[in-house]
Amino acid sequence: MQLIDRRLNGNNKSAVNRERFLRRYKEHIRGAVKGMIAERSITDMEKGGEVSVPAKDLAEPSFRHDRGGDRETVFPGNREFVKGDRIARPDGGGGGGGGGGEPGSGESVDEFTFTLSREEFLGIFFDDLELPHLMQNHLGAVEKSKPKCAGYVKEGAPCNMCVTRTLKTALGRRIALGAPASECLKLARENLARALQDGDSSESIEALEREIVEMEARIKRVPFLDEIDLRYRNKVPVPQPVARAVMFCLMDVSASMDEDKKDLAKRFFTLLYLFLTRKYEQVELVFIRHTEDAEEVDEQTFFHDTKSGGTVVYSALELMHQICVARYPASAWNIYAAQASDGDAFGADVGKSGRFLREQLLPLARYFAYIEIPDEGTMQNSSLWTEYEQLTQERNGNFAMSSVSARDEIYPVFRELFKKNGATA
Amino acid sequence: MSPISTGYDWSFELIERYDGAIAAAAAEYGLDTYANQIEIISSEQMLDAYASSGLPIGYPHWTYGKEFIRNEQAYRSGQQGLAYEIVINSDPCIAYLMEENSIMMQALVVAHASYGHNSFFKGNYLFRQWTCADGILDYLVFARRYVMQCEERYGAAAVEEMLDSCHALMHHGVDRYKRPAPLSLHGEEARATQREDDARRQFNDLWRTLPRTGAVHSAGGASGFPAEPEENILYFVEKHSPKLSPWQRELVRIVRKLAQYFYPQGQTKVMNEGWATFWHYTLINRLYEQGLVNDGFMMEFLQSHTNVVCQRGFDERGYGGINPYALGFAMMRDIRRVCENPTAEDREWFPELAGTDWVKQLDFAMRNFKDESFIGQYLSPRLMREFHLFAVADHSREETLEIDSIHDNDGYRRVRRLLAEQHKRDTQVPDIQVARCALDGDRSLTLQHSIFRGRPIVESEARETLKHLTRLWGFKVSLEGIGEDGRVEYSQECGA
Repeated sequence: MQLIDRRLNGNNKSAVNRERFLRRYKEHIRGAVKGMIAERSITDMEKGGEVSVPAKDLAEPSFRHDRGGDRETVFPGNREFVKGDRIARPDGGGGGGGGGGEPGSGESVDEFTFTLSREEFLGIFFDDLELPHLMQNHLGAVEKSKPKCAGYVKEGAPCNMCVTRTLKTALGRRIALGAPASECLKLARENLARALQDGDSSESIEALEREIVEMEARIKRVPFLDEIDLRYRNKVPVPQPVARAVMFCLMDVSASMDEDKKDLAKRFFTLLYLFLTRKYEQVELVFIRHTEDAEEVDEQTFFHDTKSGGTVVYSALELMHQICVARYPASAWNIYAAQASDGDAFGADVGKSGRFLREQLLPLARYFAYIEIPDEGTMQNSSLWTEYEQLTQERNGNFAMSSVSARDEIYPVFRELFKKNGATA
Repeated sequence: MSPISTGYDWSFELIERYDGAIAAAAAEYGLDTYANQIEIISSEQMLDAYASSGLPIGYPHWTYGKEFIRNEQAYRSGQQGLAYEIVINSDPCIAYLMEENSIMMQALVVAHASYGHNSFFKGNYLFRQWTCADGILDYLVFARRYVMQCEERYGAAAVEEMLDSCHALMHHGVDRYKRPAPLSLHGEEARATQREDDARRQFNDLWRTLPRTGAVHSAGGASGFPAEPEENILYFVEKHSPKLSPWQRELVRIVRKLAQYFYPQGQTKVMNEGWATFWHYTLINRLYEQGLVNDGFMMEFLQSHTNVVCQRGFDERGYGGINPYALGFAMMRDIRRVCENPTAEDREWFPELAGTDWVKQLDFAMRNFKDESFIGQYLSPRLMREFHLFAVADHSREETLEIDSIHDNDGYRRVRRLLAEQHKRDTQVPDIQVARCALDGDRSLTLQHSIFRGRPIVESEARETLKHLTRLWGFKVSLEGIGEDGRVEYSQECGA
């Protein structure tokens, strides 16, 4: 006998097959990922995700028997049948008695659902942005990760089952399901006591006793433990980089910014966020939207709430400055900012914004990126663009800007960013 | 003797000692096995092995990826445990043990796989006839390398297309009967001489005077191609497809060879698992008798064992058809019982078994049967009663189902025959054969489906499969369903 330890052989033998599978269903997966990007918050972007592919698209055809025709099937576990008994055809028109003619076929699955890993999800996310491969690695790489408890989930491996939590849930369910019966029971007991005291007729006492027995039986029938009670400990790997940063997302939300433009902006913000999470232990997000005046909002409002009005860029910059001073002193935080706009700005606002940015914000910020999403067909540079363009000439060079009208144009802004930070990135 | 181990954890040294003890016990019963190779793997590697139907080496294809994802998903979410072992029909016989298992489990698996399955692979006639245990690993290495070379040379997409099409026809890519070896030149000459000789010796002038009636028959046979219907569709494609290039033919051949390798496994599930389960049960009990394992070990062992051989009734929760482990184990045990302690009923049903040496009888059964014939031969009335077996007749023309027969005096033979039938491959796979091929015409290929007892095939899938066959054949392909009365009941075709 030969005894061989194969554990050291590496275990990703199926990786190539998995990759092929993903490639084959790229269209489905891409669609699902697109949906996820729209739904998700920027900070959740780098988790994996569930993708469903219709089972019929996955099926591998072959010549095989269908239901129908004549057949006899043998089953185990007969209790009451004798030869010649007739039984109704079970739902689904036959196949075999008991619905078990072909094991497994009873519970056919319409959807094939599986989870994309973080890497695969980001791979597809980046694919869309047409990042060069090297860049993907750069963004995708995490040096270290540590499992961290993250609440409880309803399914998991038995070894992760949390007994206390499970029993708690079970207790709650038992109380909830038993409640009506125990009410009745209590009432019946009281009535019985009273009836015995008053010396009521034996009939009514019997009726009450019967009710008590029935109620007790009903309470007993609530199972002690049910499948829905099971809870499992959830563990998620958490990347472990260093230091902390704050990222400001500034966006013009005036009427001219439509959903498409916001989607572009979101991808841009996401990319910056992902980059920052690679470099910093803690990244905080601040969302500032502006029309005529600026306000700090949560992410949901930021991307999905519509607000109409004019455009005053200065207001947003000023608010950012205020927040920086109040909450994120430049000595303790690395400040990054990304501004997205369609370039609309009027009158004195333009000059004022440019000046404020140069004098107040850029000295504070590690980096300030501006992307402009112009209306289609506009050839002329916007006034804001012209004003900001001067800033790129500045010596300390922590400002980058770009005009973006399609997803694949987002990347150049980033290349700029990395070029500048070449030494540190 | 003192027990080999008392703890939970395994070590290499312990596995070796258990293997030694089990081997000694197996030798007492005369089990004949290939050499054993036992490999320790992690659970991820087990999932990998699952995906490739247990083969240690496979060519890359998306369907294995799908399988892998499915298993991984089920395993991670706790819906499905992993098998304790996988064993490969090769020489040496490779068995995988999982590192997470306890020492009891490892010993059980060694007994089950390395002695049970192993001796079955070596002894059973189907495996002897259709698989080549010492060549399979080399062939797999060759197949993988060849497929990957083709991908490099002709592109992964083209190779994937070919493999998809071949996989669709995999069930119709096996030989059920050995092809005669081609005659050598010498043999051919000898046969011709023999024929002439026979003709000369049997010459009788009277034959000449008989009116000729067989003319129509012989003319029909000569003009058609193939002369006989061919049931191995992939073989036919490989040999006769007008359009495939040599590398594509080789791919067809690889898929065909793999299908053939799995052919005996599908037909001996009950026997193979029953045999292995019977022997792990017997061998571990033998160790217990010798005092090599203690009571704690036995308790843990019996718990796993009873889980494996549990058979649920058709209306119970968790019923998944007839459990081959349960049926096989029960039958093997039953044969031993009939040999050792026959009842009057057994003497009537199995006169040739009662009172004989059970080791010999079991060995004979293992070597010479497959599931269908094994059940037909050995299923005893007692077992039918124990399993409460009953047969349900489902006839499409009738409104309701009828209980055809049950485990009583009238029903024993019929239930047994039906259960045997149920394990017959020929009734599971539709009978579809290459009937005609117009090599001198439009090169179209015609398949014939001989409809058995009115059982239809899944039409939409048949259409897809025909498309795949069209891709392999390169010209029009049609499929006709022939009823039992010889009339064409349906036909489909798919142009190139």
